[in-house]
Amino acid sequence: MERDKLLDIYRRTMRVARFDEQMRTMIMSGKLATLYYTVRGQELVSAAMMAALDQGDYLVTTYRGQHDQIAKGVPLGPLIAEIAGRATGTCKGKGGSMHITHPASGVMVTTGVVGSGLPIANGLAMASQNRQDGKVTVTCFGDGATNIGAFHEAMNMAQLYALPVIFFCQNNHYGEHTAFADHTKVESIAARAAAYRMRAVTVDGNDAEAMYAVAQEAVARARAGEGPTLIEAMCYRMMGHFFGADFSYMPKEHIEEMKAADPLPRLRQLMLDRQFTESELDAQLAGIEAEVAAAFQFAFDSPFPGADELQKDVFEEVVAEGMYGA
Amino acid sequence: MSKITMVQALNRAIDEAMAEDEGVILLGEDVAAKQGGGVFKVSSGLTEKYGEHRIRATPISETAIMGACVGAALAGMRPIAEIMLMNFVTVAMDQIVNHAAKLRFMSGGQTNVPLVIRTTTGVGVGFGGQHSDMLEAWFAHVPGLKIVTPSNAADAQGLMRAAIACNDPVIFIENILCYGLQGEDPGANHVVPLGQAAVPVTGTDCTIITYGRTVIDAIAVAGQLRDEGISVEVIDLRTIAPFDEATVLASVRKTGRAVVLHEAVKAFGTGAEISARINEKLFGQLKAPVHRIGGAFSAVPMASVLEQAWIPTKDEIATAVRHAMAWSAAT
Repeated sequence: MERDKLLDIYRRTMRVARFDEQMRTMIMSGKLATLYYTVRGQELVSAAMMAALDQGDYLVTTYRGQHDQIAKGVPLGPLIAEIAGRATGTCKGKGGSMHITHPASGVMVTTGVVGSGLPIANGLAMASQNRQDGKVTVTCFGDGATNIGAFHEAMNMAQLYALPVIFFCQNNHYGEHTAFADHTKVESIAARAAAYRMRAVTVDGNDAEAMYAVAQEAVARARAGEGPTLIEAMCYRMMGHFFGADFSYMPKEHIEEMKAADPLPRLRQLMLDRQFTESELDAQLAGIEAEVAAAFQFAFDSPFPGADELQKDVFEEVVAEGMYGA
Repeated sequence: MSKITMVQALNRAIDEAMAEDEGVILLGEDVAAKQGGGVFKVSSGLTEKYGEHRIRATPISETAIMGACVGAALAGMRPIAEIMLMNFVTVAMDQIVNHAAKLRFMSGGQTNVPLVIRTTTGVGVGFGGQHSDMLEAWFAHVPGLKIVTPSNAADAQGLMRAAIACNDPVIFIENILCYGLQGEDPGANHVVPLGQAAVPVTGTDCTIITYGRTVIDAIAVAGQLRDEGISVEVIDLRTIAPFDEATVLASVRKTGRAVVLHEAVKAFGTGAEISARINEKLFGQLKAPVHRIGGAFSAVPMASVLEQAWIPTKDEIATAVRHAMAWSAAT
């Protein structure tokens, strides 16, 4: 792997990691009151996937999606302001963490409904196919989403039309509080692709080089008109379903396995193995930490949205008296 | 004057929009030439002109159809989803209610969903409980959706052009019983703006507010009552939500009496909203209580005799108007 690309993945990963760490700090200190689906443990899978995309490529993600959005390039200030319900947020505070949207970075939908993003991703890809604009659409979801009908309908349709879409399953071993083996009888998510004659790959998502290689190949195939790929990236959800939630239901062995697979020390070691120096990496981190701190400050300094926002963006036109007895 | 059926009118509107804008695409079960151009032939001849990438025959996957249309719309296309029958729309509710309707708002206006959801339904042909429902009230309750239904061919053509041009999602309800009816041919490039009611019959004693197929019944009843000396005004809402409140209030202010009529189940229907709006704004000016007429509170039955008992009849409409007139005389 090229040195620059590895550094790019490292930077994306650490921006996610420092953001996540600060989110948890802010919630624990009472500075931010919000429901937060922490991305701890899934920083690297996303970073390596998004590093294979262009800014104009589309992303559709889900409520546990802050790692995907940051790795795709959503600016931190407006992202955090959105989570904090500020007027300067990506969505003027009207969406929140579960509905981050930022078309300038290609983030078209973040959905709070499990599995709903997959059919939408097909539509974005269909637009690209019709226009031949060369864009690729990636849709992120967890293992739990593969048991809802939308997954199966979307997989079948994507393959039928050979759409330039990548179904990016971050298999973190749990659907809400239910372990994979308790919700699914097939041994892997990738196995399900065979039912639709779709190409599928299972990869260790915490192996930066392997994850990036799989991502790059899927993107190249989609761009070349060779159709969709299902990527099953194995990873761990290290802090439960949402931050603060009990995860004592996880067996001790799983928690040990999870800690041993932590992508952050592993990536750091890989960087050192690839001849990056400690001081080089520390300098990168210092820059990222300053950026994250400034972004939180920007959010907290921002005003809240006005009540007139309720009448805006329902339709293109403002909802006026007489339209809905307002 | 030349005549045209509602199917021909809809076909022409979609054809014109597709010729004008490459972003207009149609997705649905059986819609392409290979499958016969749609169950009701609305997309007949379009595949030959625009190709299979723009007229996409889909698997029987309402969620995937609707999701694909939402995604294509987000990318700036103007998709039309054909959901064969209105009851099947229920399979795609998540995409319509949680996504199509809300993405503009939840994104703070950064994205929008210019999508037309075409669907058909209708009571009176014995299709039974899962192929006949009018479900407009479900969608009218969701902020972010517009709902349209034509009662004649010319309006079908004009409303379809406006719906495709609209930058927000529009549910376009067609009635199976109206598809073959001949109506005035409005000619090419006819547009009927959304949100504007029509007044096919003017009168001074009582206003019947309705939409879709029951407009035909209301017009017939107005003719019948004219012979009894009752002057009925008929309002065809055309756009159910958001409805043309100004036209409704102006008419009822004039007549002092209102009957709200729809084919959908009366209980918790759109008639309740329209009635409430009239009561809130014109309470002191009404000469009779606002009366609602709608379908019975049961699933739509199959047997013809039961179906006719279920659906609002012309007699029921005429009786409601006469009661409103009598109420006025008694007070």
